[in-house]
Amino acid sequence: MMFKTAERDFPDSPPPEPRSPGASAAGPAQADRRSGPITDRRHMRRYILIMTALGLLAVGVTFGIMTWDNPGETGTRPWWLIVAMRRDSLITIAVVAVCHAVATVAFQTAVNNRILTPGIMGFGSLYTAIQTTAVFLLGVGSATALVGVGPFLMQMAAMVVLATILYTWLLSGRFSNIHIMLLVGVVIGGVLGSLSNFMQRMLTPSEFDVLQARLFGNISNARADYLPYAIPIVLVVVALLWLRANTLNVIALGRTTAQNLGVAYRRELIIIMALVSVLVATATALVGPMMFLGFLAAILAYQFSDTYSHRMLFPMAVLFGYTILAGSYFMLRHIWDAGGAVTIIVELIGGLVFLIVLMRKGRL
Amino acid sequence: MSITLTDVTKDYSDKVKIGAVTTEIESGGVTALVGPNGAGKSTILTMIGRLLDIDQGTIEVAGHDIVNTPSKSIAKILSVLRQENHFVTRLTVRQLVGFGRFPHSRGRLTIGDEKYISEAIDFLDLTELENRYLDQLSGGQRQRAYVAMVLAQNTDYVLLDEPLNNLDMQHAVQMMQQLRRAADELGRTIVIVLHDINFAAHYSDKILAMKHGQVVKHGTPAEIMQDHVLSEIFNTDVNVIEGPNGPLAVYY
Repeated sequence: MMFKTAERDFPDSPPPEPRSPGASAAGPAQADRRSGPITDRRHMRRYILIMTALGLLAVGVTFGIMTWDNPGETGTRPWWLIVAMRRDSLITIAVVAVCHAVATVAFQTAVNNRILTPGIMGFGSLYTAIQTTAVFLLGVGSATALVGVGPFLMQMAAMVVLATILYTWLLSGRFSNIHIMLLVGVVIGGVLGSLSNFMQRMLTPSEFDVLQARLFGNISNARADYLPYAIPIVLVVVALLWLRANTLNVIALGRTTAQNLGVAYRRELIIIMALVSVLVATATALVGPMMFLGFLAAILAYQFSDTYSHRMLFPMAVLFGYTILAGSYFMLRHIWDAGGAVTIIVELIGGLVFLIVLMRKGRL
Repeated sequence: MSITLTDVTKDYSDKVKIGAVTTEIESGGVTALVGPNGAGKSTILTMIGRLLDIDQGTIEVAGHDIVNTPSKSIAKILSVLRQENHFVTRLTVRQLVGFGRFPHSRGRLTIGDEKYISEAIDFLDLTELENRYLDQLSGGQRQRAYVAMVLAQNTDYVLLDEPLNNLDMQHAVQMMQQLRRAADELGRTIVIVLHDINFAAHYSDKILAMKHGQVVKHGTPAEIMQDHVLSEIFNTDVNVIEGPNGPLAVYY
């Protein structure tokens, strides 16, 4: 991930130097020499192939969720009713997948590290703290007071503001060392966690029950009436990140290189972190915290697309995210009959992959 | 047209302070920044390259104040390369050099951009390696690829922070020759932090010597390459002898 000086000096097998300055004359003609995110035709073909396969898989899973075990007779009115009910879950899954995938890729570009995710940097604890504070202050009445479009938007706004401040502060350059930044993130998570814990101890059992139901990531948490607000917000934010894709490509080169190339680094960082916070906050407000979904989607997208271009990374990460989330939902709901608690499976697989990647890399 | 520093200071702490530096680096040729560790060479260079905030004073590059001019515009007249470059993305040499065109193309490479990219790659003898990934290159080749990127940026001023670090004898000499050619053939103004005074004396037109955060000497290699001058700058007894290719500082 990072070139350490020691590695720079002693590669395993230094490739031969070009013979002489004259050798360049025998090089390929200018017309064949192209730059850009795709290195050659094979790379292009591979990208298209993977995207097609993922697209088919996504359509397959979608179709499976809608029709599997549908008690009504195919094509009849009850059948369609059930399909419509399941459609809301699918849209929620899609929104959540887009949020986590795009947010994680953008976040990892901004922090210049492919291990850290918003979830790992304390976003879940932030969500827990906000929810707990709400229940603590409003009491059991919050069960009704916190449901509805207004509170949903308020919750989101609170998360966006707090997360943007937190991440911008973390990335302000004071923590040049990634280990320190991670440590600070973990400690902040711990502090917020124990703060929530403290408040939870003072709740009545019924208040605690209300809170507990909300803290567990669950597709069934999402209410269809949030979607008309969540979808436009997500679309606008994703569009803004899409327009910034070229700048993101440069920011991925690190602070000094990006500054050299004329990127107003600090401003861009704050903007990206704010956009990332909106996405993660939307997903979290919809279905609760998920730590590893974005990580899984992003790492698979890097691995399979093998390009720096965010315009190619985003779509692939989204497709991976959707397929993983919808796939786990399908398995949990229709095969094991375990309801919509997809976090169980996503976190299990995601956590394992995270550990494997970390072990294989051997460093952060 | 030059780089002008007026009362530039950087306060790291109460005790560690760089400046106030007032000096002018002329346009054209190679200017070497030399001095002992902690003299403030890299600090001054990175401040000129607007990678580090200035605490007091002003820096102007070709008449543009580097604090008030948008970073975008500065990137078209000045490029700066630091020693350590951490990339998370896997890039080929050509893709990296292509990023040098970002200030001009904003990410949409035109045929004209491609020409600059090819020229920079050819200039640093990377033609045959242009489709290799950076992690498949040796340290010297990778360093050349970074330099090719800042050359492709096509700026009048090129600032390099210790580009010879981690390079062996052969690659260090090659790098200096290529930078010399960039100054002579492409008309770039190159400002470079160097540790080896002999490299500085042989390849640069002007030497700017720093000590304790101050500029102590600014002149031609002939003016700097003298026993008492060097001994004072480096706090070490230095003898200058006449070598086969010009004066040599002997200090061991």
